[in-house]
Amino acid sequence: MSLKQFIQDLRERKEIAKSGGGEKAMLKQKAMGKLTARQRITSILDEDSFQEYDMFVEHVARDFDMEKKILHGDGVIIGTGTIHGAPICIYAQDFTVAGGSLGLMHSRKICKIMDHALKMRVPLIGINDSGGARIQEGVNSLAGYGEIFFRNTMASGVIPQISVILGPCAGGAVYSPALTDFVFVVENISKMFITGPSVIKTVLGEDYTMEEVGGAKVHCEISGNAHFYAESEEECFEQIKKLVSYIPRNNQIVAKKIEAKNPLAKMKIENIVPDSPKLPYDMGDIIRSVADDSDFFEVMRDFAANIIIGFGRMNGETCGFVANQPLVLAGVLDCDSSDKAARFIRFCDSFNIPLITLEDMPGYLPGIDQEHMGVIRHGAKVLYAYCEATVPKITVIIRKAYGGGYIAMNSRHVRADFVFAWPTAEIAVMGPEGAANIVFKKEIENAEDPEAMRQKKIQEYKDKFANPYVAAAKGYVDEVIEPADTRSRLLHALAVSRDKFAYRPEKKHGIPPF
Amino acid sequence: MDKEELETFRVYIAEYQTKLTTKFKARKKWVPINKNHVLASIPGTILKIMVVEKQKVKAGETLLILEAMKMENRIIMPFDGIVASINVNQGEMVPKNHVMIEVIPG
Repeated sequence: MSLKQFIQDLRERKEIAKSGGGEKAMLKQKAMGKLTARQRITSILDEDSFQEYDMFVEHVARDFDMEKKILHGDGVIIGTGTIHGAPICIYAQDFTVAGGSLGLMHSRKICKIMDHALKMRVPLIGINDSGGARIQEGVNSLAGYGEIFFRNTMASGVIPQISVILGPCAGGAVYSPALTDFVFVVENISKMFITGPSVIKTVLGEDYTMEEVGGAKVHCEISGNAHFYAESEEECFEQIKKLVSYIPRNNQIVAKKIEAKNPLAKMKIENIVPDSPKLPYDMGDIIRSVADDSDFFEVMRDFAANIIIGFGRMNGETCGFVANQPLVLAGVLDCDSSDKAARFIRFCDSFNIPLITLEDMPGYLPGIDQEHMGVIRHGAKVLYAYCEATVPKITVIIRKAYGGGYIAMNSRHVRADFVFAWPTAEIAVMGPEGAANIVFKKEIENAEDPEAMRQKKIQEYKDKFANPYVAAAKGYVDEVIEPADTRSRLLHALAVSRDKFAYRPEKKHGIPPF
Repeated sequence: MDKEELETFRVYIAEYQTKLTTKFKARKKWVPINKNHVLASIPGTILKIMVVEKQKVKAGETLLILEAMKMENRIIMPFDGIVASINVNQGEMVPKNHVMIEVIPG
């Protein structure tokens, strides 16, 4: 053969490998409203940046007549590319090839790109669209999942890991996304569950749809397994690109700095908080009035909405925001919101992203259901995460900071670097009503008009304690600031914290209350 | 902000105006466990019922077999007593926490 013929042969082989499960299967994929695996990869990555590896990998199953079957690329595509010019490792399961089922070689390909990602210290994106384990490959397929989970765990906190669920992701397969940092789902396309509708039907005789058991909305609103919800794959890809712009490639560097911009002029920070402490406001507006360009990229928007987490920039540099949301459940801490905040704090700490905490919370959600669900151990996660974090940590107390919640929300005592309070702040062991009832119990009971006495004592307590000055007198609050100065104070605090070094004792690892 | 969506929400003594989440609204009221209820601790199928109503049963004796997760589980009498009512039939599928049998001490 001449070199030309060799090249022609290679091209033909590549064309065949690229055909995946064939035209019919591709059309079926399209009919489900789904893009093909290759389209997905090229849509996420910078144009023409994708380089594929292991295109000619073949499966090794020899039972159940599998040796007669050809599965192109063994149902998964792996490669490298760039997003905003920065390197990325990526894999995408190809549902058109044997339903994207995971066999030994399929898993080896995924592991190969995961090993690359960890070795080269670049983020990993995994696109999941798979019917699950390839039954014909038996325990080899389970071994494959295990190898993936191990790598997910080793890479955790070293490189950002992103999972995109664009099809079914069921049974053991769900644990790879669960071990990664961010999970993206798309309406009508993503389906994640341990036991699907058919198993539930067999065991319980109950009928549920896939959407009800593990659809995109379920995981974004109820289970908290997913972080980003999109109506379409295209919207999802834009979200991924946006997320990647905020975070560093690995834990040895800081996120890329962009041009600093002032918040939009229309965001008036002094007009957001109502006069009555019993009325709510949108804490997102406070974030947008301090962040660069009023841009706030919220994570887990629809899960435990009583706390807000997400990324914004200050002077062009990425910050993680954690903020109570008075608009939902009065901004209380509960099991879900604690879980949500704690994991985000740990992500930011792992990846050198300073934390800004905005506080307005009246306490923990009271209720026997919360106690039985373990609000003690879930709430402890927030404490653990803040105590452990060594990135710059700044708190602004906007309004209520009561009781245990005050301590948990990055107080001085868990090693905040700077604590600011607005003059509207109420830093106290509990709300004035509750405190007055306990402290002045006798006076109220013995008064001629107990209700009048109660109101008098509530007011007395309010005047004396429901303010930032008691805490400021002890130095727990560093400075009481005018709301309009919030951004400039934060910018300065971040600027002087850039080279922060905080000592933590050496250990194999801590034991957070998972 | 749509004021009409706000609801009164109590935290300890203070009342706040706020929105409630679907998950919060859907939470179930907790009821204490009734010791006289024999519950299905796992969803499954009633394989065989070994007792009849009004029968005297000693603690530890088998009431029924609940097949779940490919295991045949013996459901035993929690204390000496009488079978007050049997709420399941052989072959029936029961969800978790279903009251399969009611018993009374005695």
